[in-house]
Amino acid sequence: MKDAILYLEDGSSFLGRSLAITGETDGEVVFNTAMTGYQEILTDPSYAGQIVVMTYPLIGNYGVNEEDAESSGVHVKGFVVKEFCRYHSNYRATQSLIEYLNQHKILAIEGVDTRALTRHLRVCGAMKALLSTEDFDSKSLAQKIKNIPSMEGADWVKTVTASSKYVWPVSPAGSRPRFKVAAIDCGIKWNILRILASLGCEVHVFPATASAEEIFAINPDGVFLSNGPGDPAAVSYVIETVRKLLGNLPIFGICLGHQILGLALGGQTYKLKFGHHGANHPVKDLLDNRIGITSQNHGFCVDVKSFKSGEVEIIDVNLNDQTVEGLRHKKFPLLSVQHHPEAAPGPHDAQYLFKHFIKMMEQEGHRVTGSPGHK
Amino acid sequence: MPKRTDIKKILLLGSGPIVIGQACEFDYSGTQACKALREEGYEIVLVNSNPATIMTDPEFSDATYIEPLTPEFVEYIIEKERPCAILPTLGGQTALNIAMKLCERGVLEKYNVKMLGANYDVIKKAEDRECFKKAILKIGLDVPRSGFAHNLDEARKVAVELGFPVIVRPSFTLGGTGGGIAHDAEELERVASLGIESSMIHEVLIEESIVGWKEYELEVMRDSKDNVVIVCSIENMDPMGVHTGDSITVAPAQTLTDREYQTMRNAALAIVREIGVETGGSNIQFAVNPQTGRMVVIEMNPRVSRSSALASKATGFPIAKFAAKLAVGYSLDEIRNDITRETPASFEPTIDYCVVKIPRFTFEKFPEAKDILGISMKSVGETMAIGRTFKEALQKGLRGLEIGHIGFDNKLNYQEIPDDKIRTRLIEPNASRIFYLKYALQKGMTVEAVAELTKIDLWFIAQLAQIVDFERVLLAAFEKDKTLDAKILRQAKEYGFSDAQLAQIMNMTEVDVRALRKKMGIVATFKLVDTCAAEFEAYTPYYYSTYETEDEAVIQNKKRALVSKTKRKRIMILGGGPNRIGQGIEFDYCCCHAAFALKELGYETIMVNSNPETVSTDYDTSDRLYFEPLTFEDVMNIMDVEKPDGVIVQFGGQTPLNLARRLKKAGVPIIGTSVDSIDLAENRERFAKLVNKLGLVQPDNGSATSAKEAMKIAAKIGYPVLARPSYVLGGRAMRIVYDQESLLTFIEEAKEVFSGHPILIDKFIEDAMEVDVDAICDGKETFVAGIMEHIENAGIHSGDSACVLPAHTLREEVLEQIKKYTSDMALALHVVGLLNIQFAIKGSKVYILEVNPRASRTVPFVSKATGTPLAKIAAKIMVGRKLSEFKLVPADHLKHISVKESVLPFSRFSGVDIVLGPEMKSTGEVMGIAATFGEAFAKSQIAANSALPRIGKIFISVKDEDKRNIVFLAKKMTDMKFSIISTVGTAKVLRSNGVNVEMVDKHDEGKNNLLTFIKKNEINLIINTPSGKKSQSDMRAIRSAAILHNVPCITTLQGAWAAVNGIEASAGKDFTVQSLQEYYMKSQSHQVTTSSVKIS
Repeated sequence: MKDAILYLEDGSSFLGRSLAITGETDGEVVFNTAMTGYQEILTDPSYAGQIVVMTYPLIGNYGVNEEDAESSGVHVKGFVVKEFCRYHSNYRATQSLIEYLNQHKILAIEGVDTRALTRHLRVCGAMKALLSTEDFDSKSLAQKIKNIPSMEGADWVKTVTASSKYVWPVSPAGSRPRFKVAAIDCGIKWNILRILASLGCEVHVFPATASAEEIFAINPDGVFLSNGPGDPAAVSYVIETVRKLLGNLPIFGICLGHQILGLALGGQTYKLKFGHHGANHPVKDLLDNRIGITSQNHGFCVDVKSFKSGEVEIIDVNLNDQTVEGLRHKKFPLLSVQHHPEAAPGPHDAQYLFKHFIKMMEQEGHRVTGSPGHK
Repeated sequence: MPKRTDIKKILLLGSGPIVIGQACEFDYSGTQACKALREEGYEIVLVNSNPATIMTDPEFSDATYIEPLTPEFVEYIIEKERPCAILPTLGGQTALNIAMKLCERGVLEKYNVKMLGANYDVIKKAEDRECFKKAILKIGLDVPRSGFAHNLDEARKVAVELGFPVIVRPSFTLGGTGGGIAHDAEELERVASLGIESSMIHEVLIEESIVGWKEYELEVMRDSKDNVVIVCSIENMDPMGVHTGDSITVAPAQTLTDREYQTMRNAALAIVREIGVETGGSNIQFAVNPQTGRMVVIEMNPRVSRSSALASKATGFPIAKFAAKLAVGYSLDEIRNDITRETPASFEPTIDYCVVKIPRFTFEKFPEAKDILGISMKSVGETMAIGRTFKEALQKGLRGLEIGHIGFDNKLNYQEIPDDKIRTRLIEPNASRIFYLKYALQKGMTVEAVAELTKIDLWFIAQLAQIVDFERVLLAAFEKDKTLDAKILRQAKEYGFSDAQLAQIMNMTEVDVRALRKKMGIVATFKLVDTCAAEFEAYTPYYYSTYETEDEAVIQNKKRALVSKTKRKRIMILGGGPNRIGQGIEFDYCCCHAAFALKELGYETIMVNSNPETVSTDYDTSDRLYFEPLTFEDVMNIMDVEKPDGVIVQFGGQTPLNLARRLKKAGVPIIGTSVDSIDLAENRERFAKLVNKLGLVQPDNGSATSAKEAMKIAAKIGYPVLARPSYVLGGRAMRIVYDQESLLTFIEEAKEVFSGHPILIDKFIEDAMEVDVDAICDGKETFVAGIMEHIENAGIHSGDSACVLPAHTLREEVLEQIKKYTSDMALALHVVGLLNIQFAIKGSKVYILEVNPRASRTVPFVSKATGTPLAKIAAKIMVGRKLSEFKLVPADHLKHISVKESVLPFSRFSGVDIVLGPEMKSTGEVMGIAATFGEAFAKSQIAANSALPRIGKIFISVKDEDKRNIVFLAKKMTDMKFSIISTVGTAKVLRSNGVNVEMVDKHDEGKNNLLTFIKKNEINLIINTPSGKKSQSDMRAIRSAAILHNVPCITTLQGAWAAVNGIEASAGKDFTVQSLQEYYMKSQSHQVTTSSVKIS
């Protein structure tokens, strides 16, 4: 155990103790209010570039297992909690969280007044931070923090996207795929792939830099735009690709994918003060007035007022702050949501949205019969 | 959807007396419902037989009926009030069962009363085990394998199929009464027959044992638009096999991965929808196999429950309030979250702390009962503690239990406890198992071994081991350095160690530890309970303490000071902590009233309490709520932050009073009667001097610090004597002893209770009438609010005896004497606030038995009976108001008679004799009101679930002293067409006096065996006054059988006379029902128009 400091951009700091890993890390500090699901959070590529603070104080209780990872690695840049569990208990656990974090060389600290930190972030907004076991000098820390790039305008997608195209087979293994889905991987969570696969989709996962032509080339039934880290406005190459896909194929976007779709449709995005990161956000489906409790993880948001054409329809709204949670288009077969219907972690209330995507593909399949590759 | 406009008047059912399994959580839910519905403009008709509830305060409803909670009485009320709808989901199982009966009898249809929250079919589907099981299997969820049995043959068959052990659960009972585990065929006979008998429909479910599985509960809310949210998840530390009410439980669930939690959540949503609970809160229990993760559904309550109250306090999400709003048509998104103001109720609370609930048991009051926990609930109360870690919350909870522990400490020297005793205490769940876990770990047992023996999840044991290990570190550090440095001291506080625990380790006083750590800057910080883990700003000041860096109470207080121009004075009210026998809802009622009253006067009120069931811990009750243990340390921590202008210690029962002296010494501004006066009343010698000085009479007495001294005193004043420790409530370890030998045995037995306190010895006055008086004094004038005449003679604890107000048999001059003595005593003690005195009356002689310058258990009863809110007035007096400012009218004008009857928990403790004595045993009380004593008494008996028969056979067996007096009573009974059956001795006396009586030999094994009569339900009433030790054990089996078969059993002659009165009053006519508001109106209109204050 070594003393550690979390130094924030605004000059405030919080003290804690590191686990085995020492050194320094930086990133945007955000808090997550989910009480379960730390393994999913750690492995969610959308957290690339961020230091995550868990508001629930006891972390690591059920260890880490082989089934609940959301990607092949850990993506958070730092991890801040009140207390790490020394002795986990769960029949599926294969490792303790502490071992796991050490193995992945994540600078993780405990003993922090995470509630005070959360309150600070709520009032002052998410901000850049340095996590260090080496440097406790505020002047030096202040200097260093200036050099960290801001989250706004930062392209973090390139750090987490697949290096080359791969196929996630339909499940259960061996069953005949009903749909071929092209997924643009901006940091896709495995549970999205698991769900699509279980609904009969063979998912062709493309690197985020893939061109529209490459996607058309596999002749998919639909396109999926994944979640991912950073500022959506910074990934203009994906926006460009999506713009070309609009109207040609059924599209389903989640989180960053939703924001990218918003931008491709001519809208704008903006940064939220401290974002939504948790598993208890009420979202109202404006089409049937149903309220679902959703899993959320985003720092940016689509601006409802930025759509001028009148063709974009807002279909989901967050009941806590009335922000846009989902949209569709009057002409194009597309659907996107800001929250995470794949959950992991979080409630499964919105999982029905995947079925909407399937339905869109079914309908489009009937309508265009065959080659959707034309423009 | 907006609120319904097709209904105007709503009937709300309460849950009746406090019993094991149904306590003040339903006062909390009912009170919230009353407030929520009246806020919406509905007219509320409330029925509850329990006068100690806040909800039965006349200002909470339009018509308040303190009437028995039976289908018959509720029908009378429906007939009279004609409500549009009935809301049965907030009054526990009692309310639900009544609503079901009313529906079955066609009453609701006849009067066109709609059922809100859940309808008949829904309740049936959730409560009927077979229907429920079918529904669960239908939606693809798993349940324990099981079968039903209606007789022993069927039971055997099912058990053989499932394999032992099996669980036996009776259908339609409360808190698992009559259920049990059977490990073999022999046990099955016993458990199954008991279960079949205690089931309302003579049916038991026999199921595969899932004992030792992990146990969880989810609190679910649904609205009419089918939106469903989970308010809270709860994990039981004690695994399946121990009733949830008896388990240490933790919120949120600790050892579920998100995947497993979401599976459970999905199941809960599916269940609520399948069962069809239309609106409101439900509670669903799950069990999870720790090795395989197999999840089975255990049961569902389609109503607000004990766990909902816990979940509400644990999260800040007011389930009952929202349930009431949903019941009248609102949807979750239309209701605002009071705490955040900006977000709707359609969300799931997330918490950033750990909550631990610990049950409080009372086996010490029932020494014959085995301290073993099972699926039938035994605990009488609970405490909840909040901390940033489990370790902190657990230690806070343990010191908040007030059972002599100062945390996760050692009461026994672990080295002296034999290993096999530890093993047994670990394997067999029991009230003190938590401490045996520590002893086991201290003795070097591994975490795995302890988990294996107890089936408690490793996670919990490992957390306990961390505390044990850290304690070793503390001891070693102190050993080495002779002090503890700031770093280690801070960690100790973060681990929840109390100053008292540290004082033991550091060999210094608690006050010194406090001073030392404060010097080091180690002070408690307060955090908010805000439903959202700080994601939104919270406006409701509901705090808990922890050791962190930021103190939100300080921040909020500063903010408030900036905003408000005038500084309001602050009064802090110390609550009563966990419920126990002798200290329960009555004191919480007083604390709430203090808060209400002071708010009226413009004070800022601060409540401190640790009992999650209560109204006082509702964030709406006071301006600020501190959910904290009632210990010196925790109260002083709040003092440091709040710096109140006054602190009230006389409303929360013995708990705050026990702290009073130390608080005063520490400079706490205690208001009302001085701490010295409290001591004067408790201190035997000082009190005796005062009694003498005032020219009053008390039974000869003395106080002793050793057994030898006690014997000397007893010999001097003469047996029988009443022996007890000082400074206890509820007659704990109080006994009447008739000779020296029993006195010695008693002192030996009660050693632990006496520890450090003197033994009080009083001359016991036989055959005296006991009178309870509640009064208010402002230091100059005294208002005698109520003189209650006990039905049982002195010698039965006042909390257990029935009483009547106004005193209906006392002569005017005795009443005047009582009033004068009360006033003299109040003035002599300089009482400012409430005062309770117990008198014994023998002939025309008035003895003073006991004076308590504080709120008493009878304050709510007197307030309800007279319409004078005593606790409110007393609170106002304590901040300087004068009695003359209130238009107080003595109770003499009342046109109705009120009877308070106690409710006893004997059916929960098999093997315990039901005889009453000076040690209090009752858990709750009911009230009967009517124009005559007979009717009021009859109502009180019905409400206490021991309705007097109107016809049938009465068994009479009395002690020799009572034999002469019983003749007239027996004659009266035969006149009323009852037949009488007696044992030889009593029968002889009755026959020789011309009473026709059937004789039975209590030892007879033949057909005419009395037990057989009872079992065949041929006896309708038992009058049995036991004498001495021998006869007590003689008739014990009979009394136990009476309890089991619910035959009213009267154990005093006075009680028998009251029963005769009651039977006479109710014979051949219907009862009348009236609301409190009507009673008060009548009494007022009869009263002389000169509404001047009459002060005695």
